[in-house]
Amino acid sequence: MTKRPLSFYLLAAFFGLFVLFLYGPMFAIFLLSLQGEEGGLTFPMRGFSFYWLGQVFQEQRVGSFTESFVRSMALGLAVVLLSVIVSVMAGLAFRSRFRGATLLFYLTISSLIVPSVLVSLGIGITFQVLGLETQWFSSGLGAHLTWTVPFAFLIVLGVFNRFNPSYEEAARDLGASDPKTFWEIVFPLIAPSLIGISLLAFTLSYDEFTRTSLVSGQKNTLPLEVFGMTTNVTSPALYALGTLTTLFSFTMITLAFLTFRFFSKRQAQ
Amino acid sequence: MNSSTSVAPSEIQPMLNQLQQELSAQAVGVTLRNVTKRYGSFTAVENINLEIQAGSYTCLLGPSGCGKTTTLRMIAGHEEISSGDLLIGERRVNDLPPTQRNTAMMFQNYALFPHKTVWENVEFGLKMRQMPKAERASQVNEMLEIVGLTKFADRKPAKLSGGQQQRAALARALVTRPQVLLLDEPLSALDENLRVKTRSELRRLQKQFGMTFVQVTHGQDEAFALSDQIIVMDNGRIDQIGTPSQIFQRPVSRFVARFVGDNNIFMGKVREVTPNSVQMEVEGIGTLLCCRENQPAEVGDSAACSVRSDSMSLRPYPPDDLNAPNQLTARVVSIEFTGYVTRVSLLSEATGAEITYKARSDDWMKQPVAEGQLVSLSWSSDDCVFLAH
Repeated sequence: MTKRPLSFYLLAAFFGLFVLFLYGPMFAIFLLSLQGEEGGLTFPMRGFSFYWLGQVFQEQRVGSFTESFVRSMALGLAVVLLSVIVSVMAGLAFRSRFRGATLLFYLTISSLIVPSVLVSLGIGITFQVLGLETQWFSSGLGAHLTWTVPFAFLIVLGVFNRFNPSYEEAARDLGASDPKTFWEIVFPLIAPSLIGISLLAFTLSYDEFTRTSLVSGQKNTLPLEVFGMTTNVTSPALYALGTLTTLFSFTMITLAFLTFRFFSKRQAQ
Repeated sequence: MNSSTSVAPSEIQPMLNQLQQELSAQAVGVTLRNVTKRYGSFTAVENINLEIQAGSYTCLLGPSGCGKTTTLRMIAGHEEISSGDLLIGERRVNDLPPTQRNTAMMFQNYALFPHKTVWENVEFGLKMRQMPKAERASQVNEMLEIVGLTKFADRKPAKLSGGQQQRAALARALVTRPQVLLLDEPLSALDENLRVKTRSELRRLQKQFGMTFVQVTHGQDEAFALSDQIIVMDNGRIDQIGTPSQIFQRPVSRFVARFVGDNNIFMGKVREVTPNSVQMEVEGIGTLLCCRENQPAEVGDSAACSVRSDSMSLRPYPPDDLNAPNQLTARVVSIEFTGYVTRVSLLSEATGAEITYKARSDDWMKQPVAEGQLVSLSWSSDDCVFLAH
């Protein structure tokens, strides 16, 4: 075997530090969520139990994790559905260069660099002016879409950029109507990418904080609930919640990955 | 899924015969009248007139960007016609969608749907025409049997070889019983050996089914081997329409003469015009006698003529008569042995122009000439074609 240069070890050590920095805190929280019943917010561990993990599902003094989790889930799914539909339709529209396409493109993308809290404030004020009550499923949903749709749209543009239009022509040549062409040919071919978009949109929505902060109305989404609790709850239940949501995120990613593999495999056969 | 019921080989022949009768009975011609295609201020195809006979094999030949693909796509209905008339059979089809034209197109790289099996690909056109399921299945099985893909019915296109993909694409196009088959560079995705084999298979199928085939190609060999009629296009216009031998032996323009292969082109001034000949004066070379068919020619015109590199004769310098027409003195620059043919590059002594000479290798070896040697090239006026433009 050839001798590795010094730089290899230095870089490897640096990479090790990076991984430690990335996962260390998460691991600490994971450990602390397994505190014994008498344990506190900091090390050392006093015993070992699943008590705090169970506590997450109980009613807290200032609210409920379970309810806000359900809200965040519902919101996330709505965001995924709307983001995919809107971005695919926009992507299809952008394939034929209509008037003002470039302007619309830049407007959509530049909305991403407007500070999130201003977007939230703007939506809040608009609702007030219109005399509407802000709710997590109305103004909150809107706020999330301002964040997810531009990203989804960017990805869809890339997907259609690589999409060979002769498949659609072949379908039309064989007598397929436009809707048939879309559902029989285009949709199955872009489906794997749509799963990627869904995952991204869900993640963006699931842990969105700033844009939601001023427009979620009476009821909190999960990130808002957690933030509220950091000032009130002084038990390892908070860590237990962190552990559970992290596990949940990993499950979602795994599911998305498996679906993606299923679709790409079906195509490659 | 859709596992095909196997058909015994003895059953193929009647199937073939029936398909053959159906297809040849309904084959129609294609007519283009003053057809133009503009994209904004750019004119891709300008005012072309074209008559394609029912049951013939026609190739649109030309370099990329000459408008041949646009023309094919206008016939297919994938490109709108800016002005002019397109007739398929007797019907004017300008405003009809692709399906109602009774044409089928085979796309470059085939455009087989990657997520569907071969069976589903072939079935697609029938499904879109809402043919009942049982009838659909029997027609798909029959077509796969004919192109020899029954065993591969359940495969996805990515798992087929290039030749199999080509046959799958052909099956998909033929299963809808088109009156005209349009082929966009159908052989370009294949390697050299397979291309020649597939080429003759295409020609055989076209003859067998008596169908009208219109194909786009940029390869003159392909066009020569396949066509009843070749349409040479350049810059959105038709330069020449003719049989392969007409195009090869009697190019009408400098463009065709250059595109079709190793032609030597001489530029000069018209001196004398008779009904079937033109006498030209070429600077540095002298008098050339050319044959002429209907090309317009006026004394004093600047014009050109072309001599095929394989219809010249090469002798050691000096020639018997230095002042005879249709000859020039040149120096051998390089000699390439390419198998059947030996290709010789020369430079004209008087003008420095590059000249190509080709001989059968066996003949060349009987009296070889060394590189650097001075030779005399001559040709008969029958082999010297007058080019009007």
